Amino acid sequence: MPLVVEKLNHTYMKGGPYETQALSDISFTIQDGEFVGLIGHTGSGKSTLVQHLNGLLQPTSGRVLVDGTDLADKNADRKQIRCKVGLVFQYAENQLFEETVAKDIAFGPKNLGLDAGEVDRRVREAMRQVSLDYDRISGKSVFDLSGGQMRRVAIAGVLAMKPSVLVLDEPCAGLDPHGREEILGLIRRLHRESGATIVMVSHSMDDVAQLAERVMVMHRGHLVMDGRPEEIFSRGEELRKMGLDVPQVVQLGEQLRARGYEIPEQIYRMEDMQELLIRLLKKGEYHAQ
Amino acid sequence: MEEQRMDENRIVATNVTFHYPDEEHNAVDQVSMRVKRGEFLAILGHNGSGKSTLAKLFNALYVPDSGTVVVCGMDTVDDELVFDIRQNAGMVFQNPDNQIVATIVEEDVAFGLENNGVPPAEIRTRIDEALKIVNMSEYAQKAPHMLSGGQKQRVAIAGILAMKPKVIILDEATAMLDPSGREEVMNTVHRLNREEGISIVIITHYMSEAATADYLVVMDHGKIHMTGTPRKVFADVENVRGLGLDVPPMTSLAHELRQAGIDLRPDVLTVEEMVEEVCRLSSKN
Amino acid sequence: MLNDITLGQYFPGSSPIHRMDPRAKLILTIVYIVAVFLVKSFVGYAISLAFLYMVVRLAKIPFSYVIKGIKPLRFIILFTFVLNLFFLTGEKVLLTIGPFRLTQEALFNAVYFSLRLVFLVMGTSVLTLTTSPVQLTDALERILHPLQRFHFPAHELAMMMTIALRFIPTLLDETDKIQKAQMARGADFESGNLIQRARAMIPLLVPLFVSSFRRANDLAMAMEARCYRGGDHRTRLRELRYTRLDAVAALVMAVYVALIVLEGHFFG
Repeated sequence: MPLVVEKLNHTYMKGGPYETQALSDISFTIQDGEFVGLIGHTGSGKSTLVQHLNGLLQPTSGRVLVDGTDLADKNADRKQIRCKVGLVFQYAENQLFEETVAKDIAFGPKNLGLDAGEVDRRVREAMRQVSLDYDRISGKSVFDLSGGQMRRVAIAGVLAMKPSVLVLDEPCAGLDPHGREEILGLIRRLHRESGATIVMVSHSMDDVAQLAERVMVMHRGHLVMDGRPEEIFSRGEELRKMGLDVPQVVQLGEQLRARGYEIPEQIYRMEDMQELLIRLLKKGEYHAQ
Repeated sequence: MEEQRMDENRIVATNVTFHYPDEEHNAVDQVSMRVKRGEFLAILGHNGSGKSTLAKLFNALYVPDSGTVVVCGMDTVDDELVFDIRQNAGMVFQNPDNQIVATIVEEDVAFGLENNGVPPAEIRTRIDEALKIVNMSEYAQKAPHMLSGGQKQRVAIAGILAMKPKVIILDEATAMLDPSGREEVMNTVHRLNREEGISIVIITHYMSEAATADYLVVMDHGKIHMTGTPRKVFADVENVRGLGLDVPPMTSLAHELRQAGIDLRPDVLTVEEMVEEVCRLSSKN
Repeated sequence: MLNDITLGQYFPGSSPIHRMDPRAKLILTIVYIVAVFLVKSFVGYAISLAFLYMVVRLAKIPFSYVIKGIKPLRFIILFTFVLNLFFLTGEKVLLTIGPFRLTQEALFNAVYFSLRLVFLVMGTSVLTLTTSPVQLTDALERILHPLQRFHFPAHELAMMMTIALRFIPTLLDETDKIQKAQMARGADFESGNLIQRARAMIPLLVPLFVSSFRRANDLAMAMEARCYRGGDHRTRLRELRYTRLDAVAALVMAVYVALIVLEGHFFG
């Protein structure tokens, strides 16, 4: 079941002297099993947008439909709806509060009113999904864990609600390369193995290029680009004008093309570039013109 | 005479060991290194490698259990010199929100000078100067919480700059910023290094930032594992990865191509260098 | 950020009242408060109203802002009024409702005490409307400074106020974020009885305390790194200086107080 956003507008402090249009006329549909990378400058409206996806913010106008239900529908159960789209906030470890890892992950399922057996099953399942060893870690205090582990507990806390769409806001912010690799790996696994629908908000073009199958670009409250990564990254000039960057692989492609090499525009992943360059340099198939 | 001898080294750490009371291992273990005058040095390491502890030893926030840290000729063990050391070796911390004290930007910049008893008229000129250098003059009267992360960090830098330091240490000061905030901060410190001759020590796990330094120190488990220019250190891809770190994307690509038997320079850092290498090799064919 | 807490209800401006030394404003406000207590009759209130009106005009603040300052205290004022109205006894009965007798003295007292409150609030509003919290903190520190000889922590008090002012917006922001994060996990802060609601606050309060301690720790380290060593030998960027303006203000205040004293003498 898809996630549909129709003509969404959001205005902060409407009518006041500080009125700001945070979102203007945003429409898109995300199908089951898609992996969307959402990029944009700070203040582009990304965070406001993701908070609409699970009903934390209400549209000034327009609608958000999850599995066919309008989030603004008064008759719908707020809690149930909020759980259909699982939102992992930036620095999600800041929300942890329980004495133990297991109790903290159980917070969401308990709020859904599930029985103890189901809650326990979900906690175990969520911990497995984020590669945390239940026997070793579940009884530990969350404050004894490393930064990367805390982040994974927070993600597990959202996964335990079994959302149909998982939205992650800057899941790697502040982590070291190893922690970043871990989180990106687990997101990739969630998508590939369980076919989860994922929306990842990120500043890192390289991360988005490695993972996303579709890229949406926000700028000043507008959705300015929406397409396959190769389409988006081939518009390097426009991206740079918005203060965004393109992945280094794409930059390499652009510069090599400028030197007369035939590098296809759809190359934006490291592995593809590597393969191409090996062919190019080993067999001497290509020559500078 | 003393002054002249110390002139070349801003910070000299000799066999420094430091240990937190409730932890098993030494956070910093037998570390010796120096920061030269005008140098731009990066300390790399994964979380818990001891790099932030080392930074705090440079500023007399911590004092070594054994070994010595000498900052601009002053030993950090000497209680009398603590404030001189902190004035000479300023420090910018990770969280932009948690290091701004005052409710108005210019008052925050004045904070260190007020602590040191600088006369008000002198404070005025120094903070105006400092805010100008970090391009934040127009925000002098603003409330800090209205600024972006990058702007807050530039205010923090101005606060240190106003104290006329010889070294500025940035302890993961860009970790919580977005790419444009990171760029603002990095451009600012590079400019301070180039134009004001201030030595810079950045503690980071962003390889792209480390690559812009003159010299790298890579730490793991409290010890120094690799040192050298970024070019030399990153070329050793296997070792860097073994320490839980990354290499810049182009270095990684060069490494893979070399594995495939292509005779590329191993120390490629930037896109431009990669382009040159590809051109060089393909014209040979 | 319309109700930005660091600004309090500060109404920025450059009027003579705004430009006065905050210490003078603070002291003169205290003098004014004492004077209001000396008022004996409605003539005194009329004088006070005229005086306040003049000050507000000089400060170039809309008078409605000063009136607005009364709003949060309207119930206390009403309570004072009602209490005095029905529970004071007197001789000239105006009205009898069941067991209650309304007397002329009670009516006078009810109006008199309520007006006292109204004038106290309006006077302090003028202070907070024309003086930013930063200036007030500054003034307080310097006025209390002589007491440091008797181990009164004037500098520490002012530093605590400054840090509180600095971090309130940050913590409000953080509260909002954590609340949303917990709501995304199905937390309910809105329904249930009192005990349930109090329990629902735990997932919000624990992270907030954890982060506040971390912030306090970070801040302490940052302050130390910037050579903080308490209030001794500290200089300040902003020097406070009494000017002619403050002398004039003191004089005007003296005239007002004299009028009130005379009023007490003739009408009291």
